[in-house]
Amino acid sequence: MEILSLRGPRTVESSFEYIEGWGMAVGRHARVLRPRSVEEIVQCFALARAAGSTLTLRGGGNSYGDASCPAQDLVLDVTRMDRVLGFDARTGIATLEPGVTIEKLWKTILPLGFWPRVVSGTMFPTLAGALAANIHGKNNFAVGTIGDACLEFDLVLPSGEVRTCNRERNADLFHAAIGGFGMLGCFGRIVLQTKRVHSGNVRVRGESTRDLREMMAYFEAHKATSDYLVGWVDCFAGGDACGRGLIHDAHNLHEGDDPSPERSLTVAHQELPANILGLFPKSQVWRILELFNHDLGMRSINAAKYVAGRLEGMGEPYLQSHAGFSFLLDYVPNWKWAYGRARGERGLIQYQPFVPQAVAHDVYSEILARCRHAGQVPYLGVFKRHREDSFWLTHAVDGWSFALDFKVDPARRAALWKLCDELTELVISAGGRFYFAKDLVVGAEDTARFLPQDRLAAFAALKRACDPQTLIEGQLYRRAFRDWIAA
Amino acid sequence: MAHATDAHAAHEPATQPEPARRVRERHAIVVGASSGMGAALVEQLASEGVRVVALARRKDALEELARRCGGNVIALAHDVHDFDAVPALFERCVRELGGLDLFVYAAGIMTEVGAHEFDTRKDLDMLAVNVGGAVAWTNEAAKLFRTQRSGTIVGISSIAGERGRKGNPVYGTTKAALNHYLEALRNRLADYGVHVCTIKPGFVETAMLASARAQGRSIQGAISAQAAARSILKAARGRRNEVFVPFKWTLVAAVIRNIPSVLFKGLNI
Repeated sequence: MEILSLRGPRTVESSFEYIEGWGMAVGRHARVLRPRSVEEIVQCFALARAAGSTLTLRGGGNSYGDASCPAQDLVLDVTRMDRVLGFDARTGIATLEPGVTIEKLWKTILPLGFWPRVVSGTMFPTLAGALAANIHGKNNFAVGTIGDACLEFDLVLPSGEVRTCNRERNADLFHAAIGGFGMLGCFGRIVLQTKRVHSGNVRVRGESTRDLREMMAYFEAHKATSDYLVGWVDCFAGGDACGRGLIHDAHNLHEGDDPSPERSLTVAHQELPANILGLFPKSQVWRILELFNHDLGMRSINAAKYVAGRLEGMGEPYLQSHAGFSFLLDYVPNWKWAYGRARGERGLIQYQPFVPQAVAHDVYSEILARCRHAGQVPYLGVFKRHREDSFWLTHAVDGWSFALDFKVDPARRAALWKLCDELTELVISAGGRFYFAKDLVVGAEDTARFLPQDRLAAFAALKRACDPQTLIEGQLYRRAFRDWIAA
Repeated sequence: MAHATDAHAAHEPATQPEPARRVRERHAIVVGASSGMGAALVEQLASEGVRVVALARRKDALEELARRCGGNVIALAHDVHDFDAVPALFERCVRELGGLDLFVYAAGIMTEVGAHEFDTRKDLDMLAVNVGGAVAWTNEAAKLFRTQRSGTIVGISSIAGERGRKGNPVYGTTKAALNHYLEALRNRLADYGVHVCTIKPGFVETAMLASARAQGRSIQGAISAQAAARSILKAARGRRNEVFVPFKWTLVAAVIRNIPSVLFKGLNI
């Protein structure tokens, strides 16, 4: 392959690697191309065409399922394009290369008094990946998804053409590529609106809730005033305690609330601790979690967390750094290895339905009951409130999402997929949706049922127009899109 | 869902890799496989049912080896001086095997140098084969193993890397460099479940030893390449870090390492 040459004219950097979903339950070997410029992105498309392989677009690789897993031999990874091209500290508008991570963005803008409007629970996704997945944060109910914070982007099409898209210009591509999971083209430049903050901290209040109804009532009562709301649920609890958990309700500080914002707005103030109890290196904590990574262990941990949550709920509100509050998933590096580090043996999937407000309580109670009945209880459950948005393939509904982490055990893998199929039927019948940054189980038939028909048809037409030879595809495309796009 | 019974099978990704077993590997690459320990390792692995890509410069010797081993060996001609070819060739090997669990770099040359000879051309050639080729190949294996969080790398170094002896300054240098490189990789990759095993052979019946004998050196107590291969695989599977083969060289090395320089200068070893 001419992709490779150490001498001669510089070609696109590449490496032969094992590429997997973040949850480790799916992956394959592929050659990963890492372009450093828009010109090199165009070169990648040409290389794929010449090599006779399709190309899968990939950012930080933080999608749990197969959203950035290759179907064939080549991957285009944007992480080398990680320059902040500009930031206007008067307006809070950031112009970024596609491989800039959320981490790099917040570290760049926080000292200037800004914070991204939307961040995920981990800071490692690239902005290209974040836009492709149309990620949301704990403030989805208030500010929408990251697409709502995007002002403009350049999309590099497989033909090599670069199209600038915003709400006026190429508006169809703008609304399809955001949430389009890299199926239409590769982001080459991204313009984001960020928000002014007056402190490096948020004020957090813990609220312990005894069941799902109590949790939902709290969200409804506070969503007009809170900036961030997130609920943790102990999925092992049944009966009257079904859905018991802990809410974290956070508010941004107003101007003047923080006596020394110049200190709290530093990156140093935000850093997560490097050691646990000052001694045990964080990089090894997953080994301890691994000891508890079974039903009995996780039942105990969830119960203990609930008790700790009751105590926290009785306490006063406290201040926490933006990073500390936002990026809970980054506290323990590689915590997923607790689910089994060796390739192909284990891993986890996250199953996250989005269900409309009116039926959410009943659907989620039923889901928890079925999981317990099937003997496949999620080890972690996270509850969030959402609102609708205008992106074509969006997962967001005016309702609730419930993210459930299931352990993938080789012996029970088929049973788990079967359980998920049953739950999927429940969710789709109730008018719910799924989010492909998490999903690994929904099929093309399901996708065609839960997404609006007109949007699907428009997306399929756009895919055929932008990528007539289907040069861009990945496992997600094959699993959930190809059948109805080709139809 | 309407398609109830086998729906999960239809959705389940087909590309989930086969489980990588910790102890017994299934796919291996051996670079420097035409003779000596490399060839013995290929034979040993193939006899255990491991599929092996065997690489060396001499195609005829490789094909003979592949014939001896039956169907489990793929022979590919390659000159380790050709660093540029390595990334694509490595990818081809892994694709032909369908995966990779074990990588062995066994290529090495020891060019005879006279007592007062300082031949840069000879010296750089040893560096190219023993270090350059090792780095070019092992880097590829390291990248793959790190991302798949499994795999074992074996580097065949030598007892000669323990001290700077007067006999062949650069041969010893290449082995000391290889030791250092492999140790660094071991530390880099430990968090990813990847193991790196440094093998330091003493006297093993190989072409290199035969050539040393031909130069008039008297060498006794060498073990066969087959015995060495068995020890090497045992060490790799036992996730040993640095192993002398045969074992008695552990003691010899301990002594040699601890001779003070002021005495070492005067010794004829």
